[in-house]
Amino acid sequence: MRTQPRVERAHPGAGTYVMIAVILTVITAAEVAVFYIPALAVALVPILLTLSAGKFTLVVMFYMHLRFDSRIFTGVFVAPLLLALAVILSLIVLFKALPQTGS
Amino acid sequence: MTQAATYTHPATATGLDSWKVGFWTFIGSECLFFGSLISTYMVYKGESLVGPTSHEILNIPLTSISTFVLLTSSLMMVLALAAVQRGSRRGALLWLLLTAWFGSLFLGFQAFEFTQFYHEGLTPQKNLFGASFFVLTGFHGAHVTVGVIWLLTLWVLALRGRLGRADALKVEIAGLYWHFVDVVWIAIFTLVYLIQ
Repeated sequence: MRTQPRVERAHPGAGTYVMIAVILTVITAAEVAVFYIPALAVALVPILLTLSAGKFTLVVMFYMHLRFDSRIFTGVFVAPLLLALAVILSLIVLFKALPQTGS
Repeated sequence: MTQAATYTHPATATGLDSWKVGFWTFIGSECLFFGSLISTYMVYKGESLVGPTSHEILNIPLTSISTFVLLTSSLMMVLALAAVQRGSRRGALLWLLLTAWFGSLFLGFQAFEFTQFYHEGLTPQKNLFGASFFVLTGFHGAHVTVGVIWLLTLWVLALRGRLGRADALKVEIAGLYWHFVDVVWIAIFTLVYLIQ
């Protein structure tokens, strides 16, 4: 059965796009700053992963319009993304965290 | 100010444009592709028997600038889409060319980095870091190259007056590809360059 095109929310304007770009630049600068501050070395990994995830989310939500488009697109993107993350984590645990047995 | 969608697709089973559904599915498959490359890099991290290794060779200031360049190109890309959606040929020509230019600049940074690493003794054959690093960043660079060619093709269409408001979907799909390449780099910059 064919259905008529869904009405999607209007995409944001240039002002929003520029604001997102400024936020992305600030987060990138913060990432580099965190890398060079020895006092933050202990929490480096969680801080960087959080900042990186924030940038990733902003680009996907606003520049790729997932915030405004149908949720089906979000599902089509997020499901394999979660699978990819699961593969990365599983392999890291398998090869780095679990004890390795010699042949 | 917001731009209303100017493109209406034919009726489909989902009510969604089939090109967009198909392209999002492709992007999903690309997540798994880059996920496997990132996994390989992470698993081999710190396992090299000989140098140079990541903390000896990676140039953070240079890569920070190239990251900024790629992020800026994403801004240019959405501005190009907005220009096409409102029927501005001049805007489309300007922003598409700037996006391709910034993408090319990023590739220039990568070529410089690879050449520098080669002269410092890091090749894909040298150690596990070299092999996994060049494969991961090389495939990303190949994606950027495809994106630049795609953008220049759209720019030529715009130049010939064949990229009007009704063709906004072509630019939107190219934009999805370009932004995906950008988000992959966001992950690579953090996992490869900053978390050593």
